[in-house]
Amino acid sequence: MTKAELVEIVYEKVGGLSKKEAQDIVEAIFNTMKENLKSGEKIKISGFGNFLLRDKRPRKGRNPQTGDDIQITARRVLTFRPSQILKAFINEKKS
Amino acid sequence: MTKSDLVQKLSEQVTTLTKKECEVIVDTVFGNMKESLQRGEKIEIRGFGSFTVRVRRAKEGRNPKTGEKVSIPEKRIPFFKVGKELRELVNS
Repeated sequence: MTKAELVEIVYEKVGGLSKKEAQDIVEAIFNTMKENLKSGEKIKISGFGNFLLRDKRPRKGRNPQTGDDIQITARRVLTFRPSQILKAFINEKKS
Repeated sequence: MTKSDLVQKLSEQVTTLTKKECEVIVDTVFGNMKESLQRGEKIEIRGFGSFTVRVRRAKEGRNPKTGEKVSIPEKRIPFFKVGKELRELVNS
C-alpha cells in the first residue's frame, strides 16, 4: 500500500471530499507527524502504536570491511512500538 | 502528541474541514493501514517510512514458574523502518 492508495481510500470512504482535498489531508497527516517528531516529541496513536524517540550515546564501532575502529556518534533515532491491539489484529484469522 | 492532538492540528491547518471530519479521516487512514498489515501487505509512505509484517517462528518456551515446556505458536509482528528523510530530520 502506498500513500496514493491511502488517498484513494480516503476519497472513496469519506464522503464530500474532492480528490485534491483527500490528497492534501493525507499529506498533512504525515507532515504534521514529521514536524512533531522533528521537534523531539513522541506520537501516540491509540489502537495503532507509538512513535518514540531515543537518544543514543556515542559508542565504539568497527568498519566491518576494513576492521578499522570508528566512533559511532551520538544520535537521536525513531522507533515504532506497535500497540497490543495492532499486534492482536494482524494475528487474527481473516474470515 | 496523541491522536486527538493530531486531529486538532489538522483541523487548524485544513480550514475547509471540521474537526469531526478530520477525526473520521485520521481513523480511516490508520484503520486501513491496520487492515493492509493484516492482509500481510507492505505499506510504503515516501519520506516517512515503511511498515512490514515479520513472522516470528513457532518456538518452545518454558513457564518460568513451573518449568513446564510450552509451545509458542508462530506469530506475526508489525515492523516499522524509518525512511531516510525522517531519520535525518529527527537527528537534525
